Amino acid sequence: MSITVKNITKRFGSFTALDDVSLEVPNGSLLALLGPSGSGKTTLLRIIAGLDVPDSGSVLCQDEDVTRQSARDRNVGFVFQHYALFRHMSVFENVAFGMRVRKQPKKLIAERVNELLQLVRLDGLGRRYPAQLSGGQRQRVALARALAIQPKVLLLDEPFGALDAKVRQELRGWLRRLHHEINMTSVFVTHDQEEAFEVADRVVVMNHGRVEQAGAPDEVFEHPANPFVMDFLGNVNVFHGRVQNGRAMLGTMEVACPEYPHQEARPVALYVRPHELDIEHSANGSGSLKARVERVNPAGSVTKVFLLATDFEFGLNVEISPERYVELALKTGDTVYVSPRKVRVFMPEYVI
Amino acid sequence: MASVTHIIPVQGRVAPAIASRDPAVVRWGLTLVAILTIGVLIVVPVVNVFYQAFAGGLVAYWENLVGDPDTLHSILLTLAVAPVAVVANLIFGVAAAWAIARFQFPGRALLTALIDLPFSVSPVVAGLMLVLLFGMQGYFGPWLRDHGVQIIFATPGLMLATCFVTLPFVARELIPVMEAIGSEEETAAISLGASGWQMFLRVTVPNIKWGLLYGIILCNARAIGEFGAVYVVSGHVTGRTDTMPLRVEKLFQEYNNPASFAVASLLTLLALVTLLVKVVLEHKTRRDLAESARSTSIAGDAS
Repeated sequence: MSITVKNITKRFGSFTALDDVSLEVPNGSLLALLGPSGSGKTTLLRIIAGLDVPDSGSVLCQDEDVTRQSARDRNVGFVFQHYALFRHMSVFENVAFGMRVRKQPKKLIAERVNELLQLVRLDGLGRRYPAQLSGGQRQRVALARALAIQPKVLLLDEPFGALDAKVRQELRGWLRRLHHEINMTSVFVTHDQEEAFEVADRVVVMNHGRVEQAGAPDEVFEHPANPFVMDFLGNVNVFHGRVQNGRAMLGTMEVACPEYPHQEARPVALYVRPHELDIEHSANGSGSLKARVERVNPAGSVTKVFLLATDFEFGLNVEISPERYVELALKTGDTVYVSPRKVRVFMPEYVI
Repeated sequence: MASVTHIIPVQGRVAPAIASRDPAVVRWGLTLVAILTIGVLIVVPVVNVFYQAFAGGLVAYWENLVGDPDTLHSILLTLAVAPVAVVANLIFGVAAAWAIARFQFPGRALLTALIDLPFSVSPVVAGLMLVLLFGMQGYFGPWLRDHGVQIIFATPGLMLATCFVTLPFVARELIPVMEAIGSEEETAAISLGASGWQMFLRVTVPNIKWGLLYGIILCNARAIGEFGAVYVVSGHVTGRTDTMPLRVEKLFQEYNNPASFAVASLLTLLALVTLLVKVVLEHKTRRDLAESARSTSIAGDAS
């Protein structure tokens, strides 16, 4: 079941939560709504579920307009951020709830609930109460409960937000596999870009109630549409320089930039990710920037080097491989030369 | 984690040590004052009520309660009025608590304040307000008389007055409970396909049941014991509009102490039962609230 969101606007008093948002969720895809808090992603999810009503615009399931349908009639599975499990019901009754209110036969309910508990690896815990479960277990009960009504679409609000790092990592992989298994159109909300890129096969980046960019994860990561997306998708170094004749310049550093071939110099912001910077002990012509090593953090799969550009007095984050770090034998206070392998140039009117 | 659990018991041992450093005179003195006050003001009078009631023996006690048709009528009247107040309170209380805990609307703060009005107004004034509205000289009096309806000096008046003074009980109990529990479970029920009624009966009611019962118990106790407001609207017609508290007063005025204390003992017994149920329910509501706080808190432990 595909979902189409058309020109949705939603205001809460004077606050515009969603501003003319349009979105396409292809059938069977797993889509992430990614954005900082207050970007409107949860509101959009609730509107798709029918838990909130938009001020204008429409929501289509396949080709049917469901904007005015209540949440009850939409048959959408919703997993709440804090799970919202029924605290006075056992795990079994929680999962059975959607089928009980639909007056389905008891035998069918028992069969299906046990099947689902097995699917979320909670078989044997049916008689426990939510308060007796760990965070990860509650999360899976919430998921089983949402799946019990055989929804057309599965919506998850910050599904891993309240879990600790290790459980979160485990559940991410598990959700990804589950999605492949049941192949249901799913949308989840997250503020964690790593999570979005790891789990989803489509990513929609939102900010201030608008969609900044939508696309496949690698596409969005490699070709961010604007400085916000670039900035939000992870650590980034920003240089303020100028472009002229297809070259971007910052002091002694020069990078090819064929998208801007004009004659006159224009101020621009140059964005470079930490792993796209190289460190050398000697200058290699005009392409590099002199800097001093301030601090090195060799823990983890990449070595993080913090530099201070000596001519400009601004900090730089660089990530190099541990092998390269050993090879360079960097020490605090060393003078090095930094050159970018790749830059992204944004005209300053887009700079936030 | 291990270091944290290690620290707590140490602190726990320190705290009572500080408290026990108060001089013995202060500790015993305060305890004595408290025990004396409760003894003189509460225990002795309550015991005396039962002592006086049973002074003439069990047979006389029974005769005093059931033998006098007017007293019997007052008991039955109270048993008719109190349930009406409880039901009215239940409906209003749930509706008001729902509105206040779940919705934002203009006048919400005013409604919250107005719910408490019956507690702050003197019951006599409450009774008087009803007389001024529905009495013969009141606004609706002539119209009601023309249609053959009597409210003041009749059972409907007693019910209205009792409803008025007990109005806040259920709402006041439910508002904090519903606010603490939040609306997430209800939203979840709707998203799972429940109708409004299914959501209310299957999710809301089980979550608020102890608070609800607690409110009902308190409301019932007050409805049975109400004197002031009922006194004004009843007109004190023996055998027709006398409720139990009014009957106690009347028997006492007639110097019929054994009968008066017999009815009073019945009211006191009801109060004691209420107190007992209240303690049990308070314990349960507190546990429910603590549980709701625990289940909405972030559980970080691994699956």
